[in-house]
Parts: sequence; C-alpha cells; structure tokens
Amino acid sequence: MRPILPPESPRSVEIRTLFFASYRELLGTRELSLDLPEGTTVSDLVSTLRARGGAFTVLPTDPAVAVNRSYADAAVLLRDGDEVALIPPVAGG
Amino acid sequence: MFAAIVRDRIEPAEVLARVGADEDGAGLLFVGVVRDHNEGRSVGGVQYDAYEEMALEVLQEIADEAARVLGTDRIAVVHRIGDLPVGDVSVAIAVSSPHRAEAYEASRHVIEEIKKRLPIWKKERYIGGAEEWVAGTTPTARSQEVDRP
Repeated sequence: MRPILPPESPRSVEIRTLFFASYRELLGTRELSLDLPEGTTVSDLVSTLRARGGAFTVLPTDPAVAVNRSYADAAVLLRDGDEVALIPPVAGG
Repeated sequence: MFAAIVRDRIEPAEVLARVGADEDGAGLLFVGVVRDHNEGRSVGGVQYDAYEEMALEVLQEIADEAARVLGTDRIAVVHRIGDLPVGDVSVAIAVSSPHRAEAYEASRHVIEEIKKRLPIWKKERYIGGAEEWVAGTTPTARSQEVDRP
C-alpha cells in the first residue's frame, strides 16, 4: 500500500520590496511584501511587479536595484528574507 | 572618519571641526547649498527623500575611498534630508591632510560619488506651486555579489 503524502507545495521566498521618491509616489506605497517562487531573480521580481498592471506598468523594465542595501545586477538570485529596493535615478548633493 | 545622514540643520563649522591635526597643513570645507533656481525655473525649496540605512552605508564607503586618496582618515561628511529652504546647507564635506592637493582630490571624490550613487532623491518645489523630482543619475551594479547574513 502506498503511503499517503501531502501534495508537494512549490517552495517560495518572501521578499520585502521597497520603493522610494518617484516610484513611491507613483505606486502610492513605500513597501510591499511578495511571495515568489524559489529561483526568482531581480529581473523576475521586476517583471512580476510590472505584471500587476496599473501604475506598476510605469516602472522601468530594468531599474537600478539594491539587494540587502547593495546595488545588484538584474541576474542576482533572490533568497528568502531579502530586502529589494527599486532605486530611481539618484540626486543627492 | 565621520559620516552621517541628518534631518536637522548642518553647521558647517562643526563638520570642519571634526578634522584637522598638527601634521595637517591643509583643511578644506565644501558645502552644497539649496539655490533659488534650476534650469530656468525659480525654486522655493527642496525635499530630500532617502533610503536611509543604505545611504549611510554608501556614504561611509565613499568616505573610506576618499580616505585612501587623502592618505589620512580625517574626513567628515554630513548629508541632510527632509525639507530645506533656499540657502540651507544640504551637504558638508570636510577633509584635512598635510598638503592641499590630496585634500582637494578627496573632497571632490566625495561630492562626485554622492551624485553618482548615494540613494537620496531631490524634489524641487517651484515658486507658483509646481514640484518635480530632479532627473538624476542611474547607479550601476558593481558586482553580482550580495550581502547576506
């Protein structure tokens, strides 16, 4: 007799996403928590956001991004608990 | 070495007082000030938004690089955020070293790198009521390495 196993649920990663300046005003929020499938990259995260429609479609396809407070390439693989900030063009000084 | 992001007014003399030593013949203070115009429009004030935790880390990193140029660790940099009226200081950079050439070079490095990669944004409020985020510089990723605990 085959043991009865619970259905395998795909693993997911929880990502804290931050928006600043023009992105924050555009989206009307400073922070979103997202559950994404394991294997998600920075670039996948941006596509997922843009796919939400509405104001999200105005986000650039390849924005500057910081993962855990360091600028990161679009190909970087995200891990559970990462903090991802979408960085509009900076204008300090 | 000193780096800070603040909301209160910057006193440039206090920033300059953080550097200097008996062996230093050059002390240099740079201040960035909110001006009353930009690209033909009259500006009444500005608002700075920041990714504060990251901005502090990046500012410290920039100060570290400047210290290597300077050859001393006598460097202090303070950036203000929030609402600033015309005439207020938004950034102050103080450095000191035995000779002036390194001081000028290090000070310049700090302000140029702030403009390229400090995660801070500026919204200009124009006379008449309009406001706009200033078109800035897109920072580039330096590597595929990411800090994880």
